[in-house]
Amino acid sequence: MERVETPDEAAPPNGSDSKRTPDVAPVLVVDGATKFFGPVKALIDGSITLYPGEAHALLGENGAGKSTLVKILAGVYTADGGHITLEGQPVRFANPIAAREAGISVIYQEPTLFPDLTIAENIFMGRHPLRSAKRIDRSEMMKRAEEVFARLGVPLAPGRLARGLSVADQQIVEIAKAISFNATIIIMDEPTAALTEVEVLRLFDVVATLRSEGAAVMFISHRLEEVFAMCQRVTIMRDGAFVKTAPIADITIDDVIFAMVGRDIVSLYGDHTRTPGLNVLEVKHLTREGVFTDISFDVRAGEIVALAGLVGAGRTEVARGIFGIDKVDAGSVTIGGLKLKSGSPLQAMNAGIGFVPEDRRQQGLVMQMAIDRNASLASIRSLSHFGLIRKASERKLAAEWAARLRLKFGRFSDAVLTLSGGNQQKVVLAKWLARQPRLLIIDEPTRGIDIGTKSEVHRLLGELVDQGIAVLMISSEMPEVLGVADRILVLHEGRLAAEFSREEANEASIMRAAAGQMKVSAS
Amino acid sequence: MATPDVSLMPDVLEEPRSLNTMIRSSVRWESALIVLFVISLIYGWWVSPYFLNTDTFFFAGLNFGEIAIMALPMTMIIITGEIDLSVASMLGLSASTLGYLFMHGWNIWLAMAICLIVGILGGALNGLLVTRLGLPSIAVTIGTLTLYRGIALIVLGSNTAVGFPAWTNKLSLPIGNTHIAYDFAIFVVLVLIFGVVLHMTPVGRSIYAIGLQPETAYFSGVRVKRIKFTLYVISGFLCAFAGILYTFQQSSSASDTGVGLELNVVAIALFGGVSIFGGRGTIFGVFVSVAIFGSLQASLTAINVSAQAQSIVTGCLLLVSVLIPTARDSVARIRAQFRRRVAEAS
Repeated sequence: MERVETPDEAAPPNGSDSKRTPDVAPVLVVDGATKFFGPVKALIDGSITLYPGEAHALLGENGAGKSTLVKILAGVYTADGGHITLEGQPVRFANPIAAREAGISVIYQEPTLFPDLTIAENIFMGRHPLRSAKRIDRSEMMKRAEEVFARLGVPLAPGRLARGLSVADQQIVEIAKAISFNATIIIMDEPTAALTEVEVLRLFDVVATLRSEGAAVMFISHRLEEVFAMCQRVTIMRDGAFVKTAPIADITIDDVIFAMVGRDIVSLYGDHTRTPGLNVLEVKHLTREGVFTDISFDVRAGEIVALAGLVGAGRTEVARGIFGIDKVDAGSVTIGGLKLKSGSPLQAMNAGIGFVPEDRRQQGLVMQMAIDRNASLASIRSLSHFGLIRKASERKLAAEWAARLRLKFGRFSDAVLTLSGGNQQKVVLAKWLARQPRLLIIDEPTRGIDIGTKSEVHRLLGELVDQGIAVLMISSEMPEVLGVADRILVLHEGRLAAEFSREEANEASIMRAAAGQMKVSAS
Repeated sequence: MATPDVSLMPDVLEEPRSLNTMIRSSVRWESALIVLFVISLIYGWWVSPYFLNTDTFFFAGLNFGEIAIMALPMTMIIITGEIDLSVASMLGLSASTLGYLFMHGWNIWLAMAICLIVGILGGALNGLLVTRLGLPSIAVTIGTLTLYRGIALIVLGSNTAVGFPAWTNKLSLPIGNTHIAYDFAIFVVLVLIFGVVLHMTPVGRSIYAIGLQPETAYFSGVRVKRIKFTLYVISGFLCAFAGILYTFQQSSSASDTGVGLELNVVAIALFGGVSIFGGRGTIFGVFVSVAIFGSLQASLTAINVSAQAQSIVTGCLLLVSVLIPTARDSVARIRAQFRRRVAEAS
């Protein structure tokens, strides 16, 4: 097996590795896999070839068929047609266990560990090392877990409980589990979506280790910068079919986007200069003990202010405090001159705040409810006459916003869970925009949605501020923060660490502030 | 804009169940209920030639009225994802209070008012424990089930209160020249009110949202706790009201009035298509469910099946109503698997 050099993160997309691929036999070949759900063709031509020791990105918009392909490889679905060849042998997985035993491990975006078991127990779940009389050999289990973490170069204590681990650490545990299975193919489905930049870098190191041990890593991500920093080859899918495979060195980000969307996106983020108006939101000395401390800032009409920082810095918590989801211990929130009572979302709404939360499925939408009912959920009282909901008005509201936001859907009576992630996000936006808010708080506006919809959301935010709405945005994606915001506030461990104007901000300075390397600037 | 985007569909199919199938399944469930109701009528007519007359209708309404009334707030509470198992004890406490106060010479109207207040307080206690302390409603209301029955026992002891004013006796007779029981008439009025509130108002919409996704409801400005609290208070109030009706119909009250009825109330709601997991169910379904239970009880009584044996029927229907949605999913899965095999073989 060929040793592959650990890539240097600072280096530009590395091209030297791509030359190696023809020398070794591929570990996995998928050729023309198809999957139909009744009349719906979820996958028309799923094709990908993985070589040992490569990190291979699978790219495509939501609905391009990536997830279906992954689920076929994971044994969740069986393909209706096509060929899968694993180490030269044709295979067909009846269930996830068969796929895992064949050496394919899938690490999902949000791992599901048993919170009350230790890390080591999670890794060896179902196949613990045993002593006589089927007793679990704990010391052996700990030892083996430690070995795996040593190999990965990650300092995690196998004896601690999984409860309270960050998403990033949970993924590492899943990777450790995959390694302990001697997986030859490790598929990561959007592993970085919930990770901070530092954690992403650590994941890169782990992937490099996996590659150096000869594993093939398949990486699905919407973040192209990461793909270019980490992968050697890329396969692009569109509308359920294979478009192309290319070495990273031979392709540019623009080529990738073009292949994914089938059209040119001129620029992901338009250029803009805005002149904000009067203060809409004034936050003064806002404190929630143990979570955030002494947060003061303003958001003016017609500007987008971004709250940046590492995950856990308290960004979402500050937003929740402003909107009244959580009670705060001290400080005040004033909107348009009206001081809000702490802990009342209804009052915040009536004062003109809209809140698009981070977790669409749990907090933004009632997944099993119809599209129109979700869109009207926050403004249902104003759609009522003598206490009765006027169905026609409700439908009209939904139709109006569906048209404005270019929502792709079947019928208004379909449950929102039938929509793709991007379209679900549009329904959440519709829900709040229908109330004509003065301030829109939007937490991770484009998490897990495809590039096409992403730029639509960004354009929409631009239109909203042009109409004089104030926007407070929380984002973990640096390009989004830099590309969309007019001002950037950086939180570090629950305190405001820095403020940058659009012109001053760059990735390095924000990261430094987020990591606590900068004192509060006079602002 | 209105054309469905096929490329989006795979995400759809990864979800266990879409709203369309849910709506379709609930429509199918209610149609099935109507068919069942007709079958139960045919069965009744078959076992007894006297079944299909207006007396049966009257007695069924009389016997089932209280349970039916209590099933309405229960329906809403279950749709929010909670439950109230203290309903029958609340009915018993109300009946006992009425008996005690009347025996101690209170004005009957005043005594009735006190009963209703007791009901409101009992419901409020449930509501407070569930919403303010965040305790699981099943545990809270099992607790108050025992508590309220215990208080009823202290209030009335082993006495049986009798001798209520003569006019109260009218409640066990039909309304005027009709064959409609007072209970049933009150139930129908309440069905209309509850139906409108649940299906046509913002509050009703919020009730479904709370049951399906409580956090989203809260994030959307729904006052989750207030709505739940209010539903418990309404439940307490209507149970106390049902207790008064029950007492007047029986012309007596004892501390064990209505023991065990909570299971019938829950059974009616679930059989009517209300999901025990919250978020699903209609007042119409519960209404038809009441009709089926009433008709079955009447036909079983007609063939001299004892009340004890009738509870077997109630129990079976309850199991069926919980089993069927699950069974339907399994059948769908098996059929899909079968189709896949056939496709693979060909």
